[in-house]
Amino acid sequence: MDRRKSLKAIAVSTLSASLLLDACKTDNKKDTAAKGAEPGGQLTLDRAEEEKAREKELMSTTFFTPHEMATITVLADIIIPRDEVSGSASDAKVPEFIEFMVKDRPENQIPMRGGLRWLDVQCLKRFNKPFVDGTEQERMAMVDEIAWPRKAKPEMAQGVAFFNLMRDLTASGFYTSEIGVKDLGYVGNTPNKWNGVPDDVLKQYGLSYSEKELKECAKY
Amino acid sequence: MGDLQVKKNAKQYDAIIVGSGAGGGMAAYVLSHAGLKVCLIEAGPMYDPRTNVTQLKNPWESPRRGASTKFRPFGDFDACYWGWEIDGEPYTHADNTKWEWWRARMIGGRTNHWGRISLRFGPKDFKRRSIDGLGDDWPIGYDDVKPYYDRIDKLIGVFGSNEGLENDPDGIFLPPPKPRLHELMIKKAATGIGIPVIPSRLSILTKKINDSRGECIFCGQCNRACSYAYADFSSSSVLIKPAMETGNIDVITNAMAREVLTNKEGLATGVSYVNKQDLQEYQVMGRTVILAASACESARLLLNSKSARYPNGLANSSGVVGKYLHDSTGADMGGVIPELFDRKRYNEDGVGGAHIYTPWWGDNKKLDFPRGYHIEYWGGFGQPAYGFGGGIQSMNGKFLVKGQQKEAGGYGKSLKEDYRYFYGARVGMAGRGEAIAVESNYCEIDPKVVDKYGIPVLRFNVKPTEYEIKQAKHMKETFKEIMHELGAVITYGGDDDEKNNYGLHAPGNIIHEAGTVRMGNDPKKSVLNKYNQAHDCKNLFCVDGGPFVSQADKNITWTILALSMRASEYIIDEMKKRNI
Repeated sequence: MDRRKSLKAIAVSTLSASLLLDACKTDNKKDTAAKGAEPGGQLTLDRAEEEKAREKELMSTTFFTPHEMATITVLADIIIPRDEVSGSASDAKVPEFIEFMVKDRPENQIPMRGGLRWLDVQCLKRFNKPFVDGTEQERMAMVDEIAWPRKAKPEMAQGVAFFNLMRDLTASGFYTSEIGVKDLGYVGNTPNKWNGVPDDVLKQYGLSYSEKELKECAKY
Repeated sequence: MGDLQVKKNAKQYDAIIVGSGAGGGMAAYVLSHAGLKVCLIEAGPMYDPRTNVTQLKNPWESPRRGASTKFRPFGDFDACYWGWEIDGEPYTHADNTKWEWWRARMIGGRTNHWGRISLRFGPKDFKRRSIDGLGDDWPIGYDDVKPYYDRIDKLIGVFGSNEGLENDPDGIFLPPPKPRLHELMIKKAATGIGIPVIPSRLSILTKKINDSRGECIFCGQCNRACSYAYADFSSSSVLIKPAMETGNIDVITNAMAREVLTNKEGLATGVSYVNKQDLQEYQVMGRTVILAASACESARLLLNSKSARYPNGLANSSGVVGKYLHDSTGADMGGVIPELFDRKRYNEDGVGGAHIYTPWWGDNKKLDFPRGYHIEYWGGFGQPAYGFGGGIQSMNGKFLVKGQQKEAGGYGKSLKEDYRYFYGARVGMAGRGEAIAVESNYCEIDPKVVDKYGIPVLRFNVKPTEYEIKQAKHMKETFKEIMHELGAVITYGGDDDEKNNYGLHAPGNIIHEAGTVRMGNDPKKSVLNKYNQAHDCKNLFCVDGGPFVSQADKNITWTILALSMRASEYIIDEMKKRNI
């Protein structure tokens, strides 16, 4: 028997044990562990080895052409523009998110690439230029043909399907960004103590806690 | 591979445990604290929520914003490694049958992703054949298990309320959290039509119970595992970690068990495994072998442990290993509560799960199906994730937004207003019921297929019976009534009918697999005796979902823990008596 390999066999258990012991030592550092991302968008999420390999592979490739990315950016900002509450889709890096998602979920690649091309061909027929090169007025006229599913003309059906996909991806990307989460007013994801629905909200909906609940439920 | 050899670990252990989930974790905890020398084999890597953190991350910290992958089917922040598919580890199906098999590969196993729903079986749940003539009675009753439930309530911690219900026993509960807004609405709606709603029973610490774990921080993220305070029950932090601190246990990770080894006398002598990292073959030897690899993996291991003495696989003289495989039934429905549109914002994350649930309330004598189901609920705000606002065109043309009728779909500032307006108004419910364990539903070794390690794989042959389909129909009718009372508009799950079995999920999908290594008094009809000990091989035990004769309308984890604790103490006792 190869001595190095047999040593390795014994080492498996001790190595595992020491890893867990190291983990226990970090108890007093739990605040830093739970705090979140490093600055600069570095991923700090726990990743299994297989996931690390997959993520590296995804990050090393580019799917959309610069022209496609430009079109996606214009469309995303039409869907989610800057308003008085928050910034735009491109402010929230939605185009980059869509680039990642089509690599992560390849089933979106043909609908997105084909949809973008469908759009450009429609625009060539209408104003002899691809979508991004049209005037504001030309672009919006085109978008209005595909953005309203119930009133769109039957021959626009493929464009409607593409715009629905584009709207969904944009919403996913925007409302899960820092800007979008703030826009929605989601205030959770932080250590706290739950003492029940605020009184004014209970009153608004004509609800109240029963005596049983007030007696038995946790109070902080 | 020219020099492939089997490497034997020289150490002789008192117990070798295969698998580190609820069953294996509890066995490791009890045996190591009793001073036994234990070796724990786990097919995945080491995992500790303190170092493997996904809790309190923001959605943008996942490049896919929490979307699922094959590595994390419940989403990118979920703690569990792997799920429905594992690269290189296939499983197969008999013609026209479905079984969805969830496999976790990590320390803690499937306790890393479960809903922490911790329900005791009731007295009736152990004696169903005596009540309705279907399936079999357990060889034990509630009184046998109650002392262990009590101890597990105290050791691990569970919140709930004592309601004095006949078949949903009281426990030693921590105080439950107050219901959220939509939960108060559900409670009012359901109780108004005679459907009970009581506080959930979840193994989450609403109060501190010892110095090694803290109190819940109400982030609603138990499925990410509690890095902050170990306030949820995960086998890794609550059982394996203290077991390792005894110094009595060696944990071998990335070790995929191949066979249980036996000697000429027919006793188990150890376990052989392949190290997934160096791909070498190893053996560890011990006085007892305890399987806790999941109901199906444990059955697979037994069926693959063939020898001259055990030609049908180990502990399988009865031929029932792999049979009686069953999962909880499941069907669900979702909607929106228009009353909640444009809600005031506040933090309602709460615990990682519903604060309320509905225990089974029906009378089977008046129904066309046996057994029952409980109802789980969800809704309200939640951390936005991938899929947020999806299909808005089916919402914003349907409901008035701030009193205004809009055209469906659209874009721009008006669309942004719609996303804000609808946020936090969703509601949903799911039934989780008891399927009848039948012999004709089983898993077996596929004669032609092996995994990447050369281990023969399982082939599933499971079909739902009429009983389960009728149960799903009843669930759907009930959900519609609750939705109606709630003033909710159904957005999915409302159109299911006989053509799709009323939305009954494929078996396995609810991830409560059980029954494949059943216990019983008759060695001809069961694999294990009432102490989870193999009839055919006295130093072999199984302590996962395999031993279950039936699984009630209760999630099975709390009973796995209770039976594993009971079996582990029996092992210690039998060792003292020199019986094993």
